[in-house]
Amino acid sequence: MKHTLRYTAALAALLASASLAHADCGIEKGSVRILSNDFLALQLVSAAATACASDTVTVTSNLTAEHKNIQVPALSTNPSSYTIAVVANGSLVPLLNDGLVRPMDDLVAKYGQQLQPNQLIKIDGKVMAIAFMANAQHLMYRKSVLDAAGIAEPKTYEDMVAAAVTLKEKGGIASPLVANFKPGWDLGQEFVNMFSGYGGEFFEPGTANLAINGEAGLKALAMMKAMADTMAPEYMTYDTNSLDPVWTGSGAAMMNMWGSRASAIIDTAGAAPDVAADTVLAAAPTVGGGTIPATTLWWDGFAMAKNITDEDAEASFQAMMAGIAPEVAAANPAAAAWLIKGYEPTPAAVGVFATVAAGAKPYPMLPYMGLLHTALGNNLAEFMQGQESAEQALADVTTAYNTAATEAGFLK
Amino acid sequence: MKNRAERQPLPLMLLCWGFVLIWLITAAFPFLWTLWGSFKVEADFFSYADWMNAVTGTRTIQQTGSAFTGAGYEGAWVEQRFWLAVINTAIVTVCVVVISLTIGTLGGYALARSGFRYTFWILIAALIFRAMPHVTLVSGYLLPFFQLNIWGYLPTTIIVLVAINQPFTLWMLHSFFLSIPKDLDESAMVDGCTRFQAFRLVIIPVMWPGVVTTGLFSFLLAYNDFTVTSMLLTQENQTMVPKIASFLGTVQAENKVMYAVAAVVSAMGPLFVLVLFFQRQIVSGLTAGAVKG
Amino acid sequence: MRHRTFFAFILPSLVVMLLFIALPILSVAYQSLFIEHEQAMTAVETCDPFGCKTELRVDAAAMEALREAEPMGKFNGLGTYANSSHLAFDELAAIWRDSPSLGVAFTRMLNLPLYKALSFTLAYTFIVTPLVIITGFFIALGVNAIPGLIKGPVIFFSLLPMIVTPLIGSLVLFWMIDSNGILGASLQRLLGDPSLTLKASPTLTWTVLMVYGVWHSAPFSFIVYYAGLQSVPKDTLESAMIDGASRWERVRYVIIPHLLPLTTFIALMQLMDNFRVLEPIVGFSAAANATSLSYLIYNDLRGAETPLFGSAGATSMLTICGVIILLSPVLLRTWRDFNRKTH
Repeated sequence: MKHTLRYTAALAALLASASLAHADCGIEKGSVRILSNDFLALQLVSAAATACASDTVTVTSNLTAEHKNIQVPALSTNPSSYTIAVVANGSLVPLLNDGLVRPMDDLVAKYGQQLQPNQLIKIDGKVMAIAFMANAQHLMYRKSVLDAAGIAEPKTYEDMVAAAVTLKEKGGIASPLVANFKPGWDLGQEFVNMFSGYGGEFFEPGTANLAINGEAGLKALAMMKAMADTMAPEYMTYDTNSLDPVWTGSGAAMMNMWGSRASAIIDTAGAAPDVAADTVLAAAPTVGGGTIPATTLWWDGFAMAKNITDEDAEASFQAMMAGIAPEVAAANPAAAAWLIKGYEPTPAAVGVFATVAAGAKPYPMLPYMGLLHTALGNNLAEFMQGQESAEQALADVTTAYNTAATEAGFLK
Repeated sequence: MKNRAERQPLPLMLLCWGFVLIWLITAAFPFLWTLWGSFKVEADFFSYADWMNAVTGTRTIQQTGSAFTGAGYEGAWVEQRFWLAVINTAIVTVCVVVISLTIGTLGGYALARSGFRYTFWILIAALIFRAMPHVTLVSGYLLPFFQLNIWGYLPTTIIVLVAINQPFTLWMLHSFFLSIPKDLDESAMVDGCTRFQAFRLVIIPVMWPGVVTTGLFSFLLAYNDFTVTSMLLTQENQTMVPKIASFLGTVQAENKVMYAVAAVVSAMGPLFVLVLFFQRQIVSGLTAGAVKG
Repeated sequence: MRHRTFFAFILPSLVVMLLFIALPILSVAYQSLFIEHEQAMTAVETCDPFGCKTELRVDAAAMEALREAEPMGKFNGLGTYANSSHLAFDELAAIWRDSPSLGVAFTRMLNLPLYKALSFTLAYTFIVTPLVIITGFFIALGVNAIPGLIKGPVIFFSLLPMIVTPLIGSLVLFWMIDSNGILGASLQRLLGDPSLTLKASPTLTWTVLMVYGVWHSAPFSFIVYYAGLQSVPKDTLESAMIDGASRWERVRYVIIPHLLPLTTFIALMQLMDNFRVLEPIVGFSAAANATSLSYLIYNDLRGAETPLFGSAGATSMLTICGVIILLSPVLLRTWRDFNRKTH
């Protein structure tokens, strides 16, 4: 409760500063129109950017969960309805595919002194997006529960499943392990994580031909099934939001959860202080003797529409620089794992940065990755519930992907 | 007024009452539960440990010091400015109902009074139009709307909702007008009225029950729609349902879920008033309408 | 009524329908005949906060030139309809050829996405529709028999499941049926089975979805029937009584025939709406065990980073065909009625 209030206060302060005293962002004139997803860190960024509004500069923002569905049509008109699209590695791809974003090299040189080199998303040497926060699924566990059963922090998925079996048999915990196994995007993401952990390559190098139908794919599925066997029967309905009450209600002891949730989960001023104090964040486990964590790294950033005037582009870039200014991260250090200069990782970001340090791979930004992700999300449920074999599941994924990729023009 | 046909023996009465009672509990319980729970904190209403917490309010007492809290309502209405969405919803629903009914009554009347072959085909076409999944329609709108620069505004959404609802409205009103005797307006025309005058002077006074009923269904569609409003409106033009969905969000902050619960309860208020107010008309309307297949 | 007057009356209604429904349907149908141009791709270096590597990228400039020349994409005829995500003719032929028995063939057929979705869609449609009609009818009979004073509130509460947005279904009901929620936990205690969960097995998920469907739609048929009951001719009922008809006989021979046209109307609307079932599947996170045609469309358009318009268009067209086939008996009847009326 207090947690929410604190952020609300931070937001309110930013909003107030927007309406009372215009922040001086040094913009002469222009129109800034931001399209963004809707969660706390992005609210902070867009509120700070909106504060640049003045008599000659208009700044509007539209924060909506539907941003992914709106962005392509909205940016393909001329002039486009939005000047800035806030994106992640996944959602930048459709914009790149259709050539709807412009390089920002000149703007970076002119106004981007605050940026660090690793914030620049460069494609073919050109800056196509600017990242400001990182995210990844990583391990969270209940220290007291594991200690009581004499289990050390699991470093691998094998340890994790063994620990879950022990807890279930000896500790009397009905579902020691939980995960985002809801069919669709979440389940697809879990496979992507696990498959990366086994060192698998999703596609044959240099082509869009699928390559998951092999040893790594079967092992990844077997591991996911082994995890599922230690979970509550409803595991196929769990996504990030529905796991919240399970974790705060002490319904589980281990999970691989998004880093963006960490600050709320370990907040001792929240609804379940005892659980929060007992939760430890760690890097995502490795799997199958691999050396890198079985997870994928994500970033959130912004890209700039192609079909806008240079004046608006300049104004938009400056407004976004104010939005991701070091002060914003400094004022709200726990809101995200910021990539912004001067940011010191808070306890909530420990998991994400440990995962990055352990060498996890980024989520592939391939043009056809989204099609594979959808095919995975739709075709693994039957295997997970024991209704078909792993081979059949992978064959189904391959068929679905091939059909979709043919329709999208990536395969002949 | 009790006549002999309506008098019932005791066992049948009990059966009847019992059945109605069971149905009422089934229908109303989730809403009463939500109403009660909207005054609790999230850890109680969505308690993983024990659902009895939602009744006793254990966590609510822990967190706020009292068994009931208005935090959800305060958050939704004050902090998140839910009232803005309420105003937008009021504009959208009123306009959708008025426009749908105006053009729907004219069209429905014409369909009911015309015997041409193509009348039948228009009705069938309307039915097929209704079969189109809304998700596909809405995705098709996006690009043209952005190109015409009409995306995000309330009038666009209103027209789209009117169009989507038109097949149902036409069918319902067409059936309703069929049950109004033809002689009524035809005798007026014999007396020298034009078709429109006959419609205005003779039909309009007797059509209200059917129109009110159809209006209620239009109202519900506009009020509850998520598919269209979530995709075609900007944040400041959002109506209530997408606003509630945004409380749930992609990443839920703690207790924001309770904003959604409080907002859902708030959104039920006007419906209560509406149904009680129009109850009579609904019933008499359908009676006279005798909707025919 | 003359043609001119007719069109003057119906024009506004026709215009909005043509513009916002007919035109999109045509364009979707046309779009479904095309697939994307073959993507021109180049390998370029990509750097993000976590490192650099060389990856394939779509050559947007080359693609733009292709699209300029042929904006619709590559003509594919009915290829999208026939592919494995839709009617899957090749796969069906293979299954027919290779399967040792009909049972195996059927199981394998249900592994194809469209047929899997169709199986749930049809089961849902044909189980929920009659139940909605029957439940609504009995509620209407019951409510009609209670005293007038409390009828108002009773009608209001009866309408609640229909008038409140499905969002609440996804939020509150889903939690209530959780094994830790009030309904799920009570059910466990009632049946003495602590491992019972309504969210896990296919059978129970289907049951939950269908029960929700009946709960949600019964008020619609209730209110229509209730209104119809108000106009049952009192004198026919009385004369039936004088003739010695029992209570049941009166319902059977007077009330039911009177309500028949309403039944057609309810069946028409319910068949169509149930065939397009989507909200409960999304709301109850039931996609693991139940998918519908509308869910496939939703998934093509919303589930993916890059929406598959052609695929969604093809499924939409198939949905429309399905609705026409479902409704054809009713439509034929209407056609006969119409001819009788006008000639």
